[in-house]
Amino acid sequence: MKIWPIFKKEMRLYFTSPVAWVIMAVFLFIAGYFFYSIFSYYARVSMQSAMNPMGGGLNVTDGVLRPLFSNFSVILLLMMPLITMRLFAEERRSGTIELLLTYPVRDGAVLLAKFLAAFALYALMIALTLLYPAIIWYFAPLEWGPILTGYAGLLLMGATFIAVGVFASSLTENQIVAALVSFLILLMFWVVGWSADFADPALARVLQHLSLTEHNESFAKGVFETKDVIFYVNFTLVALFLALRSLEARRWKG
Amino acid sequence: MIEVQNLTKHYGPVTAIRDVSFSVAPGEIVGFLGPNGAGKSTTMRILSCFMPASGGTAKVAGFDVFSESMEVRRRIGYLPESVPLYTELRVAAYLDFVAETKGVPRGERKKRVAEAMDRCRIADVQNRLIGKLSKGYRQRVGLAQAIVSDPAVLILDEPTIGLDPRQITEIRELIKGLAGEHTVILSTHILPEVSMVCSSVVIINKGVIVAQGPIDTLVEQFFPTARVEVEIAGPSPAAVREALRVIPGVVSVSDLPGFDGIGRYVVESSRGRDVRGEVFRLAAQQRWDLRELRRMGMTLEEVFLHVVAGEQSEPEAPTS
Repeated sequence: MKIWPIFKKEMRLYFTSPVAWVIMAVFLFIAGYFFYSIFSYYARVSMQSAMNPMGGGLNVTDGVLRPLFSNFSVILLLMMPLITMRLFAEERRSGTIELLLTYPVRDGAVLLAKFLAAFALYALMIALTLLYPAIIWYFAPLEWGPILTGYAGLLLMGATFIAVGVFASSLTENQIVAALVSFLILLMFWVVGWSADFADPALARVLQHLSLTEHNESFAKGVFETKDVIFYVNFTLVALFLALRSLEARRWKG
Repeated sequence: MIEVQNLTKHYGPVTAIRDVSFSVAPGEIVGFLGPNGAGKSTTMRILSCFMPASGGTAKVAGFDVFSESMEVRRRIGYLPESVPLYTELRVAAYLDFVAETKGVPRGERKKRVAEAMDRCRIADVQNRLIGKLSKGYRQRVGLAQAIVSDPAVLILDEPTIGLDPRQITEIRELIKGLAGEHTVILSTHILPEVSMVCSSVVIINKGVIVAQGPIDTLVEQFFPTARVEVEIAGPSPAAVREALRVIPGVVSVSDLPGFDGIGRYVVESSRGRDVRGEVFRLAAQQRWDLRELRRMGMTLEEVFLHVVAGEQSEPEAPTS
């Protein structure tokens, strides 16, 4: 499988165009703002609780990182389609797909290379937010366990977001359509858990289980649950499989 | 090197090509001709493994384009009509990507990329962004991309379209230079180009092959006689026709529209026999005014117009 050269090319394209820089800057700006407000709010609350004899039981992981991570997932829901939208749509629009798909590389390898390139960009972006726990660590004792699982959860969830985006991008030659389609799919799988409140109990469990963000909750608590890992991995694989089929279908249509 | 048999491709209800069969020998340069929309690009896309055919088989270098696609892809260089390139990459980096993807070993890559750039004369722009290059340079980058892995077969879809005359000559020379070691199939609708570059042609019209073979054979096949155009002033056309017809080797004489008292005729004789001398002596002897005596070159262009126009005057094919 010749993934490496295409992976390199995708990374080069991300960073020679302003796309990667702008997305990372915007994400870090929003994420930084959330961190700042959550952390300063926590600082105020913990000050009050320190003066209150009845207070206590506050912990920085629950007070800052959990809300921060759940905010991340909302930002990512909006930003990830922008990272993935060009992967196939742009190749199709400019016609370069005609050359790419006639090189001695299987469609699956092309797909995987593009998925991994987007994932690498995402991982880099997420890695830059490690600065926030580092800042907390400077001021307060910190448990690294929940941080580690929190980041593992973010990476797993990001992988599903990217796989959905890759699939959406393989459907069209218009980047905006690709971004909107992946946004729609992600949003549907995000809010699907909400309707669980009104559904009958059997269906409610299914709906809740389908929710993309629900599965991220336990990671932020420091719990590494196999069922959540499996959910994300499966979701990613199904989306990539659909993308592969869509590539093949496009070939037949010519 | 290329074997195509009964290739058919439908796009929904539209039949792009129907029962296309031809073959190309190793080292040959074949011109693939046809009016716009005749099915040239479709055939080339199938040969390059971009899309599967609806029916029939195609083999490149002995491998089937559908069932042994990877083997075929390793042995071809393809240049699509639109010359799609990554505009945000620099020329050398782009060619390095192509070479690596096409499996050129790491140690040879630098050399191959340099060689391809030399041959296509783009070494001077190797550090420029492809998006900033002129059309001519882009075309050459596209060509370099096709030859960088030194493939046995080159599939070039309209390689000279949109170039200025000097660039066309350059590209033409380059393609000519590829003959022998590479098998080339190139599509175009510029006919003089074909006569200059290709040893044989395949002419396709409305998805069906209407003529194929070496250019000379085709010309002979469609125009078995040599023709001379004669313009003579003076006597009655009937007398001139009569006199011309008895020249040895002349097969037929026909009228072309003339002016007052000047008759224009087309004299057909068996191929390989030049009757101009006899026509001149006849006119001199009869004291006719010989105004013009011209051999009509029967070129590929006439063949092309003949087969393509001949098709068009017939009723529309029901499936297309």
